Amino acid sequence: MSKRSVADLKIGEQATIQSFSDQLMSLKLLEMGCLPGAQICLTAKAPLGDPICLKVAGYCLAMRKSEAATILINS
Amino acid sequence: MLKSSPTIALVGNPNAGKSSLFNELTGLRQKTGNFPGVTVDKKSGPWSIDSQTIATVVDLPGIYSIYPKSLDEQIVTDILANPAHPDYPDVAVVVVDASNLHRNLLLFTQIADLGVPVVLALNMLDVAHEEGKDVNAVRLAMLLNVPVVRINARKGDGLDHLKKAVIDQIEKPSVSGKLFFDPALEVADLITETKTQYQLDNNYLALQYVIQHDGFTFLNRQQQVGLDAIIDKHHFSEPTFQAGETISRYKHIGTIVDAVVTDRRPSGQTTWSQKLDRVLLHPVWGYAIFLFVLLLIFQAIFAWAQPFMDGIDSGVAWLNGQLKESLPAGPLTDLLTDGILAGIGGILVFIPQIAFLFLLVSLLEESGYMSRVMVIMDRIMRKFGLNGRSVVPLISGVACAVPAIMATRSIGTRRDRLITILVTPLMSCSARLPIYTILIALVVPSQRVLGFFNLQGLALMVLYLLGLISALLAAYVLKLFLHSKERSFFIMELPTFKLPRWNHVGLTVWESVRAFVWEAGRVILAISIVLWVLASYGPGDAMDQAETRVRQQNATLPAQDLQNRIASERLESSYAGQFGHFIEPVIRPLGYDWKIGIALLSSFAAREVFVGTMSTIYSIGDGADDEGVTIRDRLRQERNPNTGGPMYTPALAWSLLIFYVFAMMCMSTLAATQRETKSWKWPALQLVYMMGLAYVAAFATYQFLK
Repeated sequence: MSKRSVADLKIGEQATIQSFSDQLMSLKLLEMGCLPGAQICLTAKAPLGDPICLKVAGYCLAMRKSEAATILINS
Repeated sequence: MLKSSPTIALVGNPNAGKSSLFNELTGLRQKTGNFPGVTVDKKSGPWSIDSQTIATVVDLPGIYSIYPKSLDEQIVTDILANPAHPDYPDVAVVVVDASNLHRNLLLFTQIADLGVPVVLALNMLDVAHEEGKDVNAVRLAMLLNVPVVRINARKGDGLDHLKKAVIDQIEKPSVSGKLFFDPALEVADLITETKTQYQLDNNYLALQYVIQHDGFTFLNRQQQVGLDAIIDKHHFSEPTFQAGETISRYKHIGTIVDAVVTDRRPSGQTTWSQKLDRVLLHPVWGYAIFLFVLLLIFQAIFAWAQPFMDGIDSGVAWLNGQLKESLPAGPLTDLLTDGILAGIGGILVFIPQIAFLFLLVSLLEESGYMSRVMVIMDRIMRKFGLNGRSVVPLISGVACAVPAIMATRSIGTRRDRLITILVTPLMSCSARLPIYTILIALVVPSQRVLGFFNLQGLALMVLYLLGLISALLAAYVLKLFLHSKERSFFIMELPTFKLPRWNHVGLTVWESVRAFVWEAGRVILAISIVLWVLASYGPGDAMDQAETRVRQQNATLPAQDLQNRIASERLESSYAGQFGHFIEPVIRPLGYDWKIGIALLSSFAAREVFVGTMSTIYSIGDGADDEGVTIRDRLRQERNPNTGGPMYTPALAWSLLIFYVFAMMCMSTLAATQRETKSWKWPALQLVYMMGLAYVAAFATYQFLK
């Protein structure tokens, strides 16, 4: 079974970041505070379900679903 | 003794309050310029830090880390890594948002590690307090080993302490010798070799040379190749190392934050900002609200601005009349009134629209709503090869394409940015509005349909929609041809909602109006004068010959008609008239004659000249002294010499309207595209595709309606 990612979260669901599946994307995400071990929560989705809004490191971060899919989580 | 004019740079995350602090320090004395060699806007201003010393404060673009994600961000590293740069600061004031200490300290530790003397300005403590977090500034200063000052940038509190800390840093620069992250602990050989070869004494700066040398404008080709060789020799993997750096920094920061922040926040509580987001990002309400906001913007530009525009219009007309009466008649007076003053009036009349547009756009940006718009539009924009961030340039394009194109710098992906630049001028800018207004009034009856919509207003909306749709379609086509290895991305902080800062909004509006009047104004003014000269003089005595010929052939005509015929013939044999005749074969299929040809040619540099040219041509060609006759009446009276019917038939008017929707008639926009893409290829493509589109569409319209 493939690993779950942030893109699979439902609204209000919380998870812990485990690792990244894309190195270049991970550089941007790390800088924005998406660290392995950090709590991440899906707070809202744009109409059409993409991009999504996440609560991480105490603030709100928006990203595309494809980008969220590179953040793997503990389920 | 202080250096005579020290440079202070403001650095910080976006939304950390950097601009508020900048406005608080410099106020109205700030000026916008360019950083040397690049076209990133540079805001700077004087700040008197003691009785003899006036420092220059430079506001650097907001960044999240020293590794740039967009063109705008590149300049920060380019300056801070290069002590020889003219804008290299004596002190860097790093503005830190206390409510998001982790992420803000990441940047802070990177800046401090570069060896720049720093002062940490701890801002937004009130926001943090509301969220249940209190920050101990004294302990933070001890743990970081740097001066920390508590400020409130929105209220202007703590600036005296900031001033003192800055003076201390200038007098005795203290740079903590110990790096927060020392790359030499892991790649000692690489760092040592780089330091020796490039005469550096800072380990972290050496690392930046290694990782970022392609973006450093102060390194020459040979130096860049040299660094590539060092990377190969040591088998250094930049992304892996960079990821390791970020994680290591955050680990360090985590222990610091735990020691200085007392968090008494009940966990899991939804803030009102989040509740608001649920509505603003709602599948139905989200779009409904955005549509409403757009309607409001249009309403402001077209309806609310109208009285002001009428006021300016009649003011200029009154002044023109006064001058004509009080000055002796002659070519100089004509030049002053019909040439220069008419040109200036044509510029001033746009000010209300531009002011309203920038007022509303900056209100939306200030409040934090604009980033929500980017989120809800990203999915749709992506389909057309654009980006959620393209929304702001496209909306600004309704006022003027030049600031709109400059606003594309925040788009991190090169291809998305390029496509946005290329299609933005298709949005109907305010310079097209007077052309639309006059021609629509000429051929569309002012009547209500369905009891509610004004037919003329509807026609105007159709033209704007046509511009928007063609911009999206053009983007779609460009997407098919422009390939890029670089991936498009959209990762963006959603700032919490805030009340707009009115002084901030006021400054933005003032700056944009000033730039428009000054930049566009000079071009329009020059063209008006040249055109007036070209229409008033002809080669040799061609114009006098024409007059003699008319007098001989039409000796029996009444004086009034004779005067008209003479004026018209004189215009036809002037330089401008001959130009018009020269291009007539090309524009005939679109339904245009040589007079429209002159207007097209003159408005080639700036389309707002069109209406002015039409009034110049038809008033010069009219001869009779008919005060109070508007340009619209003149156009309506104009006869087609071939058919004898009215010249401005619906077919001709629509052909002209469609032409102006698409045509690339603006030198300033082409210049902006050239500056922003650093290539002549893209403005050339923009010119060719838009002109081609305009010609074909106008041709089809005319032939279909004829």
